[in-house]
Amino acid sequence: MKILLSWLNSFADFADPADEAAVASIAADLTSLGLAVEEVIPMGLGVDGVVSARVLRVETHPDAAKVRRVWVDAGDGAERHVWCGASNMAAGDLVPLATLGTSMPDGRLIERRGILGIDSEGMLCSGAELGVDDDGSGILLLDPTADPGQPYTAVLGVEPDVLFDIDVTRNRPDCWSHLGVARDLAAKRGHELRPPSSPFARGGEERSVPVEILAGERCGRFTTTVLSGVRVTQSPAWIRRRLAAAGMRPINNVVDVSNLVMLELGQPNHAYDLERLGKGALRVRLAAEGERLMTLDGVERTLQSSDLLICDGDDRPVGLGGVMGGLDSEISEETTTVALEMAWFASRGVMETAARHSLRSEASARYERGVDPYVIDRAIDRFCDLLAESCPDLVAHPGGADVRSEHLPEVHRSTPLRLSVLDRVLGVVLGPARVTEMLAPIGFDVVGDGPEVTVSLPSWRPDSTEEIDVVEEVARLHGYEHLGRTVPRADVFGHLTPAQQRRRATREVLVGLGISEAMPSPFLAPGDLARAGLEGDYLSITNPLAVEESALRTSLRPGLLAALAYNESHRRDRVSLFEIGHVYPPAEAELPDEAEVLGVVLAGREAPAAVAVWDELCAALGVGAQLDQSSPGAGMHPTRSATLRAGRDELGVVGEIHPEVLAEFGVSERVAVLEVRLDVLLARGERVPLAAPVPRTPSSDLDLAFVLDDSVPAERLTKALRQAAANRLVSLELFDVFRGESLGPGRRSLAYRLRLQDPSGSLTEADISSIRDACASGADRVGAVLRAQ
Amino acid sequence: MTPDIDEARDEALSAIGGAETVADLERVVADHLGKRGALAVLKKGLGAIDDPEARRAAGASMHAARTTVEEAVEARRSELAGAETERRIAAERLDLTEFRTEGSRGHLHIVTQAWQRLEDVFLGLGFSVAEGPEVETDWHNFEALNMGEGHPARGEFDTLFVDHVPPGGRLGTTLLRTHTSPVQIRTMLTQEPPIYVVAPGRVFRRDTPDATHMPVFHQIEGLVVDRGISMTDLAGTIEAFTKAFFGAGFTSRLRPSYFPFTEPSAEFDIQRPDGSWLELGGCGMVHPAVIRAGGLDPDEWSGFAFGFGIDRMAVMRHGVADIRDMYVNDIRFVEQF
Repeated sequence: MKILLSWLNSFADFADPADEAAVASIAADLTSLGLAVEEVIPMGLGVDGVVSARVLRVETHPDAAKVRRVWVDAGDGAERHVWCGASNMAAGDLVPLATLGTSMPDGRLIERRGILGIDSEGMLCSGAELGVDDDGSGILLLDPTADPGQPYTAVLGVEPDVLFDIDVTRNRPDCWSHLGVARDLAAKRGHELRPPSSPFARGGEERSVPVEILAGERCGRFTTTVLSGVRVTQSPAWIRRRLAAAGMRPINNVVDVSNLVMLELGQPNHAYDLERLGKGALRVRLAAEGERLMTLDGVERTLQSSDLLICDGDDRPVGLGGVMGGLDSEISEETTTVALEMAWFASRGVMETAARHSLRSEASARYERGVDPYVIDRAIDRFCDLLAESCPDLVAHPGGADVRSEHLPEVHRSTPLRLSVLDRVLGVVLGPARVTEMLAPIGFDVVGDGPEVTVSLPSWRPDSTEEIDVVEEVARLHGYEHLGRTVPRADVFGHLTPAQQRRRATREVLVGLGISEAMPSPFLAPGDLARAGLEGDYLSITNPLAVEESALRTSLRPGLLAALAYNESHRRDRVSLFEIGHVYPPAEAELPDEAEVLGVVLAGREAPAAVAVWDELCAALGVGAQLDQSSPGAGMHPTRSATLRAGRDELGVVGEIHPEVLAEFGVSERVAVLEVRLDVLLARGERVPLAAPVPRTPSSDLDLAFVLDDSVPAERLTKALRQAAANRLVSLELFDVFRGESLGPGRRSLAYRLRLQDPSGSLTEADISSIRDACASGADRVGAVLRAQ
Repeated sequence: MTPDIDEARDEALSAIGGAETVADLERVVADHLGKRGALAVLKKGLGAIDDPEARRAAGASMHAARTTVEEAVEARRSELAGAETERRIAAERLDLTEFRTEGSRGHLHIVTQAWQRLEDVFLGLGFSVAEGPEVETDWHNFEALNMGEGHPARGEFDTLFVDHVPPGGRLGTTLLRTHTSPVQIRTMLTQEPPIYVVAPGRVFRRDTPDATHMPVFHQIEGLVVDRGISMTDLAGTIEAFTKAFFGAGFTSRLRPSYFPFTEPSAEFDIQRPDGSWLELGGCGMVHPAVIRAGGLDPDEWSGFAFGFGIDRMAVMRHGVADIRDMYVNDIRFVEQF
């Protein structure tokens, strides 16, 4: 919201716009009130070096058809020659001349420049070039009765001003007006607020534009006032300047007054040409499905049955309620009698219509947030006041319509306020007198005394409905910066849960293994999972930014593979990445089957590297799983992968990415991969190991080699050996795997070293021999044959 | 006999002196002090001396000679061992600067680093860490946070909706959480007060990526619910965090703002030691309606909440020019941190 300081000053003497310190203090107070000042823009300072100059004569040059030669007198009696591209000036006009050395707002420096070898001693300026208005079509023509040689701003009557760009929060619809901002500021700074206008006397005969509200839930109040003696013309200079400074283009006196009232009081309004209103009446109803209306912006809108229409007495649509007027009934230069509409529309309907038609207007922005339903009477008076400045014959007729529905908010609303709640929430004790004194200037009147009082809620604060809203007002006016600072002390201690600690440990292990953390997007293109070999259902975003980011991942692999492909294409191979992130598989439940997953990809590495990562994690987290190579997992290398199983839980997969998947993702290296349900691993209860005495008896090593068919996993033999050696086994290591012709095809030799120990005594040769036999027969049961030593 | 003993002793000493390695020396020991060595042979002859006086004298000479030789062996052994160690050490010389590496350790994502640093600061301030799902119900993300259906503030979140339909529910009620605030509700519903938690997490908005925005980013949320919690507690906690996280030279301020789920609401700004301000996040007293949605009585329990972006902490700390750089997963970027 753009707020002009000079405009605020019309409500109270806040600050001289030329006084920088005073302006800074206003800005600080506004921010402290919650009206965050995002920018303080000095206005009306003018461009140094631009002076008024009298046009002496204008000539054309035969060799330069597009430009004029202009001779001017800049007040010193000397004739100066300038070239000028515009042609709207004539001898006797007073125009702004940028003298040599002037630095223009757009950055240009005015220098002695020539055309056809004839120099130009300056530049004549348009209103747009000087930032006076947005008219760049010709030279700005100043009041010809003024003298040449003055700063052009003096001729224009422009005074220094300041524009505050304020970020108005959604709960402060009242501050979408200068009055609202002035009210808060006056309360904060202890100024008395001057009312903006006095009642405008009605005159002439009773005239009315009857109103019928057929959609009371959407329109709580609709008033019409007939104004005759209107002459459509240009607004007075001060109105044009004020609107332009506030960022609105002046159009004509009626439209300008309409806008000025809205900017000043926050009440949107609409002026119809009464002659063009069928039957001289208005009806407020919902649109028929498919009904059409050409809005003021010249766009034909196809309406829905939830759009609110203002129609004339012939039921012809003349406006989209609370959003924008129609083109047909707009006032024109011939208009002499105006039907002035001031109405109150419920915010939600306006919000939906504005969103549906992507049609945000100054009116809809205000109605969406909530307009004061009771500022209308004052706004009508102000409108008449201002229009009378340019229409001396203006008559505001008595007998206007003021139709209300039961959905109009009550004029008198109130809430109880417990002072104990106020003290508790704010943490300071202010006392009832101070609270009353603070609240009164913003229209929150405190009634009663004792621990619970009643606070009336002003009609311009629809956001305020209950006790806590009043508490916030007190806090705001007191100033957050004046609240104390304490630190709560409770019988709690901050800690990470075991699962959170284990998540951190997981990251540490992975980083220690040389693997870096990636964060790919959880949004995939619809085919990405299939390209990764992962068929099956997935959820989608119904309103994605792009269809390539519409699928919710059920695996981290597509994102990680894309990251590897990216790095490979940038000449970085053998990249190791991990991700800890969520996947969102569909589920028949309140929410999807969201789970936290760990994904590890090792480019240029083979499956055993992934198994090694898994084993490191198992050791660090105290977890474990079976490698089920009979089900390698979708998208995985069929002969180099395994599903990780722990009891009935399927934890994930380990191994290598399927070569076809790699090709799909454009990765040319092999990729070892681990993808595992991290949430399950983290939830495993932390086992606290109990100390066991370290045996003091001597240990012996037993090396055994077996021949085993490739179809039998080594792990089965390992398990058999563990069982065979039972409690004598200290450790077991598979230290050599050998394949060769001597063993025959599809077979390999597995060499183990078993360290054996008997805690109660030394192992004898006979003991070791019996363990060897037990191992041999255990191995035999899984199809392994002990090789001769 | 004594001259023989002296001769044998001298021979042994001379051989010891001539030994050039420990192995040589051991051979000398075997030759001269062993069973067949000259001294041993002479010792056997001692019994044959009849004259007790002469036998005693010879025995004393023998003993003295052996002692001398053994001492010489020890001395020579230690000399040779020292020399050998020295030779070995000389031969084992390594230039360690040939073995320098860049380090093979991986790198944590800088958002994770910022996330963990923030957690650590809040752990120190007595907070624990709460978590919640990223795909949320409309109720947890909006309704329970005092933003009922049609609430205008919902429009500001640019919500991404998911086509999940809960049993008996309808499409359009499942979404990607737009903030970490639903964790407030989940925490209140599952945990008895006093509650002192932070909830870092991933959040989602329908924002077109640019240098300062990503549709997927990270926030940290704080929630305190206890008896008698006031706005001064909020201001004091924000200040304590500011000093703990940014440094002693930093300070904070609150200024009024609006969020549907807190009232009074505030923005909190951080002032740098050079006096400049940084808008950090939003905060406020938990709205009574939100306390009620969390299953608690607002007349008994009050609290405050705050939240801000994690990504921005990483961007600021490391001087990242474009937030999108953090999500390309380019190893040349990742390795820098």
